[in-house]
Amino acid sequence: MLDTIAAISSAVGEAGIGIVRLSGKEAINIANRVFKGVKNKELIQAENRKLNYGHIIDEEGSIIDEVLIVYMKAPYTYTREDVVEIYCHGGIIPVRKVLELLLRKGARLAEPGEFTKRAFLNGRLDLSQAEAVIDIIRAKTDKSFQVSMNQLEGNLSKKITELRDQVLNMIAHVEASIDFPEDDIEEITYEELENMAHRVIEGIKELLNTANSGKILRDGLNTVILGKPNVGKSSLLNALLRENRAIVTDIPGTTRDIIEEFISIDGIPLKIVDTAGIRETEDIVEKIGVDRAKESIELADLIIAVFDASRELTEEDYNIIDLIKGKKSIAIFNKTDLPNSYTMEDLRKLLGHIEIIEASIANGIGIDKLEEKIKEMFYSGSLELDSTVVVTNIRHKNQLEKALRNMESALEDIRANIPLDCIEVDLRDCWDNLGEISGDTISEDILDRIFNEFCIGK
Amino acid sequence: MRDVKQFVAGEYDVVVVGAGHAGVEAALASSRLGMQTLLLTISLDSIAALPCNPNIGGTGKGHLVREIDALGGEMALNIDKAFIQSRMLNTSKGPAVHSLRVQADKKKYHTEMKKVLEDEPNLNLMQAEVIDVLIEDNEVKGVLTRTGAVYRCKAVVLATGTYLKARVYMGEVNFPSGPDGMFPANLLSDALKEKGFKLRRMKTGTPARVHRDSIDFSVMEVQPGDEEIVPFSFMNMDKGLDIDQVPCYLTYTTEKMHEIIRDNLHRSPMYAGEIEGVGPRYCPSIEDKVVRFADRDKHQVFIEPEGLDTKEMYVQGVSTSLPVEVQHQMYKNIIGLENVRIMRPAYAIEYDAIDATILKRTLEHREIKNLFFAGQINGSSGYEEAAAQGLIAGINAAHNIKGKEPFILDRSEAYIGVLIDDLVTKETNEPYRMMTSRAEYRLTLRQDNADLRLTKKGYEIGLVSEERYQRTIAKEMVINEELERLKNIRINPTEEVNKKLEELGSTPLKNSISLYELIKRPELNYDNTIIFDPDRKELKREVKQQVEIQIKYEGYIKKQMAQIEQFKKLENKKLDHIEDYSVIKGLSNEAIQKLNHIRPDSVGQASRISGVSPSDINVLLIYLEQMRRKGKNND
Repeated sequence: MLDTIAAISSAVGEAGIGIVRLSGKEAINIANRVFKGVKNKELIQAENRKLNYGHIIDEEGSIIDEVLIVYMKAPYTYTREDVVEIYCHGGIIPVRKVLELLLRKGARLAEPGEFTKRAFLNGRLDLSQAEAVIDIIRAKTDKSFQVSMNQLEGNLSKKITELRDQVLNMIAHVEASIDFPEDDIEEITYEELENMAHRVIEGIKELLNTANSGKILRDGLNTVILGKPNVGKSSLLNALLRENRAIVTDIPGTTRDIIEEFISIDGIPLKIVDTAGIRETEDIVEKIGVDRAKESIELADLIIAVFDASRELTEEDYNIIDLIKGKKSIAIFNKTDLPNSYTMEDLRKLLGHIEIIEASIANGIGIDKLEEKIKEMFYSGSLELDSTVVVTNIRHKNQLEKALRNMESALEDIRANIPLDCIEVDLRDCWDNLGEISGDTISEDILDRIFNEFCIGK
Repeated sequence: MRDVKQFVAGEYDVVVVGAGHAGVEAALASSRLGMQTLLLTISLDSIAALPCNPNIGGTGKGHLVREIDALGGEMALNIDKAFIQSRMLNTSKGPAVHSLRVQADKKKYHTEMKKVLEDEPNLNLMQAEVIDVLIEDNEVKGVLTRTGAVYRCKAVVLATGTYLKARVYMGEVNFPSGPDGMFPANLLSDALKEKGFKLRRMKTGTPARVHRDSIDFSVMEVQPGDEEIVPFSFMNMDKGLDIDQVPCYLTYTTEKMHEIIRDNLHRSPMYAGEIEGVGPRYCPSIEDKVVRFADRDKHQVFIEPEGLDTKEMYVQGVSTSLPVEVQHQMYKNIIGLENVRIMRPAYAIEYDAIDATILKRTLEHREIKNLFFAGQINGSSGYEEAAAQGLIAGINAAHNIKGKEPFILDRSEAYIGVLIDDLVTKETNEPYRMMTSRAEYRLTLRQDNADLRLTKKGYEIGLVSEERYQRTIAKEMVINEELERLKNIRINPTEEVNKKLEELGSTPLKNSISLYELIKRPELNYDNTIIFDPDRKELKREVKQQVEIQIKYEGYIKKQMAQIEQFKKLENKKLDHIEDYSVIKGLSNEAIQKLNHIRPDSVGQASRISGVSPSDINVLLIYLEQMRRKGKNND
C-alpha cells in the first residue's frame, strides 16, 4: 500500500529537542535498522507508546545522536498508520542527520503536508477539517516550491541544469536511434554512452561531496545587510564574523555575484547574503541593481539596515527606509562617535516600529546589543527559521542520491550491453530525479532535443 | 449550398464521414458490432488511400497496427494482402522497440480494403460530400450532403483527414485541393466553424513521384526486404506470406541541390510566410533540412516503389513546397536522378483540424452526444495513428447506441491509449506522430505481445472471432507451460555442463541453477540452451520469442509493472462526475481553467495537463475523499 514517509516535525532552531517522525507500514522496521537500544534491545519488541532510550547509528556504526524513541501502533495515531517518533537533540544538525539516514534506509521524504493528508485520507480528521487540510497542503507546497526555487540561485542551479542537460543528451541520442533507425544520424555507441554516464556520475558525486561538506546546503536565517556606501556595512560584517564562529568562509575563485557567509550567534544560524556587494562596492543596490536588491529583501528573514549618523540622510537612505518598512528588520544608527548630523529620534520617526541600535561599529560599540536583539527576536518567535528550507535541502540531497543510483545502474547495463530501450529506463529516472530539484519535469524536452540535434525526416 | 432542396435519403445507426484509414476502421468496427452503418466519401477511388509514403508500420506505428489487429481491426490483415517488401526495424535493439515496417502496393491496398468494405453485411458505402452535421439539443441527428440528401442517424464519426478547407502549395502557386488532386471539403469546415468549433490550420507535405525508367539505380544502394517475412496480423503468423519482394534504393542529395534550394528559398511559401499551418518536425521539407542543418553536405533519399503495376516511384526525404520549376532542377541534382522525369510534383498541403482537447477518451465530443472525431482532423498524422483512432471511435459509437460502457485503453495498456490520451489531454501544436519514446511503459507494450495484451478485450467487445480468441488463449497457455517447465529444469555444475558452457562463451557454473535462470545470461538464449534440455519440444516461433523475452527481460518488466501499478492508482480515481472545478476550494486559477476545459476522466489524466501542479492534484485527492465520505454519510 502506501509507502513509509519521514520528516522533521519540530520547528527548526536551537530548541531543546528536535523530532523526526516516520509514518507507514515500514516505520518500525526502518527505525529498527538505525536504532541501538541499551542492552541491544530490539525496537521491534518495543512496547506501544513507551519511550525507549538508545542511539541512532549510521552505516559505519558511528553514533549520530543519543535519542528517545517511541513506537505508536496503528490505528490510534495521528495518521492512523504505524508511527515512530525520534526525539533527538535540538538544533538542525542532529535531526537532519537522522532524517537523512532514515531516507537511506528506505523511508521516503514526506511531501509538504503529507502527514496531515494521510491523517485525513485515513479517516483521522473529520470532514469539517478537510478544507483546513487543503489550506495547509496548498500553503506548504507552494512555499516549499518557492523556497526550492530560491535555494537554486547561483551555482547549484547551474550545475543541476548542466547535469540534466548531459542526461538529456544521452536520452536524446538513445531515443533518436530507437525512434528513427533509418535516419541519417550517427548511432551512439556503448562506449560513448559509458563515457557520458561516467561524466554524469562524477558530476553528481561532486555535488554530493559539496553537499556533505556543507558548502552548498547550508541553512540559516536569511540575513541581508543594507546601507549606502561607506556607512559601515563591511565593518559590521567583519565584526560579526570576528566575534562569532564563522561556519563557512566564502569559496575562493567564485564568480558568483552573491556570496553567503554563515555565522552562528549563540546557536542561531545566520546566513548573510550579498556580502560581495558590500565588500566590493560597498553598495549592494549599486552592485546588483535595485530589482535584485528588492528580491533579496523579499527573501530575507532579517534585514540589518545601517545608517550613518555623521552624514545627512540622502535619497539612498530614504529608499532603504521604504524597502524595509514592514519587514523584520533592525536599524543601526552608526558612527555615533562622530558629530551627528541628525538624531536617533529623527530616524525613529521615519522608521516607525523598527528597532534602532546606537552603535559605533568601528570602535566595537553596539555589536553586543545587535546580537542581543537578534537573539531576542529569534527566541520570542518573531524571527522564524523556515523549516521548509532545511527540508528542501534534504530533498535536494535525497534526489541527488537517487539520481546517482539510477545512473550507476544505467552504467552497469551499458557495460553489460543491455539493449538501449532497457538502459533508457534508468536514464529517464535519473533525469526526473534531477528535474525534481530544479522543478522541471516536462517530457516534451526530449523530443525538442531530438529534433534540434538530429536531422530527422527520412 | 445549403439552400439546396433537402430530402431524407436514409436512416442509419452510424454515419462515418471519410473513408481514409480512420473512416474505414470506424465503419468496419461499427457495422461488425451490428450497427447499420453508412460510410460516405468524396471519392470511392480514394478509399484507404496512401497519398504520402508507400509504407505501413515503422517505429511506434508498427505497434499501433499490431494493436489494431489484436482488437479486431482491419489494417494488419489488409496490409498483409498488399505488401511488397517487409522489414523488421531496430532488431539490434531490445524487443520492445522492434518495429515492423513494410512497403505497400498502394493500389492493391486500396482495392483490397474496398472489397472488404463492399462485402461487409451491415455497411453501405457511398460517394458523397458531407457538408453539415445535423445536431439538435446537443445530440447528433444526421448528416447533410452536397446534393441535399439527409441521412438520419444516431451517431456520426468525422474522419475527414486532410480534406477540410484543404489547400495545396507549390511555390507561388496555391489552390484549394485535397491530397493527390482530390476535391477538398470546404463547406463542412464552414459548418463546423458556425457551430462554434475552433479550427486550427495544420500543414504537411509530400515529395514528388518520378518515373522508374528515368532513374539510374546503379549508383544507389539497394535496400532489400528481410529474408524472413513476419506478417502484421497475428492471424497470419502460421501462414507463409512468401512473396517476391521488391527493393528500395538509398541515394543522396548533393551540395549543388542544396545551393539551388538556398537560392530559391524566397519562393517557398513556408519561408515567405504564406502558410500559417504548423508542420511536423519529424517530417521536415528538404528546404527545412538544408536551412537547419546547413553544415551537412548531403541528406539521405530513399527511392521506393508505389506499387507493382506502376512505374511511379516515391522519393522519400525530399518533400518540398518549392515551385515546380525549381523542383525539376532540384531533383536532377540527386545522385542517380540526373535524367529524372517527375510524374507528380511535390506539394505542401494545409488543412483544418479541431482542437482535440474537446474530446473524451472515447473520441466523442464532450458536449455533443454521439459526435465522434477520428484521424487527422484530431491533429494526428499518419495512416496508422488514424486507423487506431477510427477503430476506437467506431467501437464507442456502437457502444453508445447500445448503451454499453465506453471502451477506453489507458497508457499502460496500449500505444493506442498513449496516442488518444496525448491527443485529448495535451495541446499539441504540430501533427502528432506516434513514437516509442512517448510510451512510458514501452518495455511491456511491445508489438510482439499485442495479441496477449488486447485480444481478450477485442473478444469482449465482439470484434474478435472465436477462432482468433482461442488461438491467443492457447498461445498464452503454451508460453506459461514452457516457462514453468524451464523453471523446473535444474542444471548442475558437472564437468560436461561446464564444458558446454565454455563452448558457448559463458562462465562455468559453481552451483546448481534452473535452466530458466541460466537463459538470463547475456551470451545464452532459448535456442542455444537446447543442449541442456534434451526433452524440449519444438515450439512455434512466436511462442519461443515470448518465452525468451519474458525470461531475459523479467527484471525490467517487473520494474515497469510496479510503475504501472502506481500509475493505475491515480487513473482509478475518477473525476468524470465533477461538473465545475471552480467550486473546489484550493485549486489554482490556472488549474480550474484547464480542468474545466479538458475535463479529465481521472486524477491521473489531470496530472498530465500542463498547468495542473502537484498541489492541485493533492487538492483533488482530498476533495474526492471528502465527497466519498459525504456520500457514505448519506447512505
